[in-house]
Amino acid sequence: MLFGKLRILRSHGRQYIPNLDKVTLTEEFRGFPMLTITDDKSDLERAAAVCPTRAITTSPLTLDMGKCLFCGECQRIAPKNIRFTNEHRLAATRREDLIVMAGQTKPCFTKDAVRPEIAKYFGKTLQLREVSAGGDASVEMELNATGNVNFDFGRYGVGFTASPRHADGLVLTGPISENMAEALDICYNSIAEPKILVVCGSEAISGGLYADSPAVDRTFLDKYHVDLWLPGAPTHPLCFIDGITKLRK
Amino acid sequence: MEMFYRTNNTASAVAIADIPVVEYEALYNDLKERMTDARYHVAHYFATEAEAGLKFYMILLDDKTGEVLITSFVPDYYAEGLASLTAVHQQFHPFEREIFELYAVPFDGHPWLKPLRFSFDRRDKESTMESYPFYAIEGEELHEVNVGPIHAGIIEPGAFRFICDGEQVLHLEIALGYQHRGVESEMVRNNNRLRQTLITESIAGDTAVGHATAYAELVEKLAGTDIGDDLKRERLVAIELERIAMHLADTGALATDIGFQLYQVACEALRTVVINTTQAWCGNRFGKSVIRPCGSNFPLTEEKIATIRKNIADVRRRYNEVREDILEAQTLLVRFEQCGLVSTQEMTTIGGVGQAARASGLKRDIRATHPSGFYAGAFNHTPVMRTDGDVMSRLATRMDEVLQSADYIESVLADYKPSEHIAAPDYNAPLKADALSFSLVEGWRGEICHVALTNAEGNIAKYKVKDPSVHNWLGLAIAVRTEGISDFPINNKSFNLSYCGHDL
Repeated sequence: MLFGKLRILRSHGRQYIPNLDKVTLTEEFRGFPMLTITDDKSDLERAAAVCPTRAITTSPLTLDMGKCLFCGECQRIAPKNIRFTNEHRLAATRREDLIVMAGQTKPCFTKDAVRPEIAKYFGKTLQLREVSAGGDASVEMELNATGNVNFDFGRYGVGFTASPRHADGLVLTGPISENMAEALDICYNSIAEPKILVVCGSEAISGGLYADSPAVDRTFLDKYHVDLWLPGAPTHPLCFIDGITKLRK
Repeated sequence: MEMFYRTNNTASAVAIADIPVVEYEALYNDLKERMTDARYHVAHYFATEAEAGLKFYMILLDDKTGEVLITSFVPDYYAEGLASLTAVHQQFHPFEREIFELYAVPFDGHPWLKPLRFSFDRRDKESTMESYPFYAIEGEELHEVNVGPIHAGIIEPGAFRFICDGEQVLHLEIALGYQHRGVESEMVRNNNRLRQTLITESIAGDTAVGHATAYAELVEKLAGTDIGDDLKRERLVAIELERIAMHLADTGALATDIGFQLYQVACEALRTVVINTTQAWCGNRFGKSVIRPCGSNFPLTEEKIATIRKNIADVRRRYNEVREDILEAQTLLVRFEQCGLVSTQEMTTIGGVGQAARASGLKRDIRATHPSGFYAGAFNHTPVMRTDGDVMSRLATRMDEVLQSADYIESVLADYKPSEHIAAPDYNAPLKADALSFSLVEGWRGEICHVALTNAEGNIAKYKVKDPSVHNWLGLAIAVRTEGISDFPINNKSFNLSYCGHDL
């Protein structure tokens, strides 16, 4: 019995990532897209036409990471114009900062848009309530992973809590199904001020594939101030960790 | 007249004109008898708007012969009403409930025609999540416990209503629909097949590979595309990687729920290795983008083959250490054994599928009974079986399946060299017109079934999705009867069913 457990521990070894800020993801990972303008726009126009969430505009050339599902198909059609890098630090404090312009070399995190009380109240500890409103379970599993033995975000005082009464903020995932809209609103309003609102995943940010679906109700986002936007399908745990860390500094 | 069109899971799409249109009464009488034999179960049953009223389609599976039986009927239901099949065979309940919800078809004799998911296009808009008609029992000794829709963890929403006598659960009813996003209607919003592929990847994000494979196979049957053995082999690797990752996640989750941290952290770390392997293959930890219709954007390279083999061998070895220790861990066994029993008979009655059915001694596994892709060739799959039907059996099937899937991946990659025969995806291949195409895929939860109907232009006009959870949610409700309510979490994790896959 004891020998078996020691064997597991020996094989388990050290699992936590010592410095979460120094991780570089695999080359295949599709993160921040770099955009290049060319004279011939035919490839780009085909890519924009096929984009399932209409995330690309051709004039001017932009790509909205809040809509993008990072499938990479546009890069295959228009490799001269669009190249996804493996940069996973995609967090933004303003919705418009998720729209990538041609020539832009890195994501745009506008520190000035962060409310000063966030660092004051949540700099040392931050407990969040997650609400899935039509999320497909992948974003939710990645949020769970932020606290796992590898990422161990808890070491910086950030975690998830069951009751909104114990929470300092809400993390929303999913395109906001109509059937969850009321529960989401009740949950958000059960959290005491001051609080933050984090919108996690491209489907939550823009509705994604369900942006035009009659089964979603996105009025929640018209009513409340969003502090952090985190793109991805799903959002990578390190994108979440990076965004929350910057927000609290 | 023949009652069914008989085909299998590798044949091409069926011309709608070839599917018999039968009298409902004759079909009802046939099924009343036929479905008493456990070799048959219903894989899909739905209605669609036709020229005059509704047309119904039903797909049955014969586990003994590997046949797929398809039939249809066009009832004059306003005049007569339809006799409920649920009343004689419970496995029809989610399908009849859906048809009732969408089209107000009254099934005579159905025990309780409740809404299934409160879809936006339901007929009765007065019926809402808030007015869900929960079953109730009167009694001074009894109390109700309501959980949800928002749960304690980072997990999808659903409402669970327990009726308890003290700590003991007498009855559990699960009300779903909170996750409804309109998947099936979005699938036919336009003909962009890249968009359709991505929607199927989001039906249940933890089964992205399973559902995308179901879509790809369905489209390939309509297009008449043979993707070749190499791509079939690579798809097998992708779906078995997904199975390993999720079974590891659930082993860890079960350990978490009894406070057994050693197994929890070991499984978390192992799952990370597996999903990072998938990410190194296709850029996404959940395998989104690895499956595409008629081809692949990510044919395996020599380097990737080596990475997968090395990592999976390592995970297999380390997981087996955890598995062997679990089998001797008395404090774990005392919680999991003889808890949450679902008998073979009950599983058969509800039409259970997948890993949960196999844990209850019901051999349902599409890879064995209705194989497609690489499973359909010389590949020989033997389902992992248990007979006790308790939490431990459901864990034990997962544990053995992790080892089995790891062995499968090694066996198909051991002598495999990067292929020159894998095409790029094709999103524009012409599809057979006026046809019905279905696909059956054994995802890690069980049987995924997609069905599409094409119109005269060869465009997909109707798309129906069935996640295995649709069958198995009732299994969870049955499992917790007479158990202590504190055993609900381990029962829930032992099934780990999909909310979004059910709600669509």
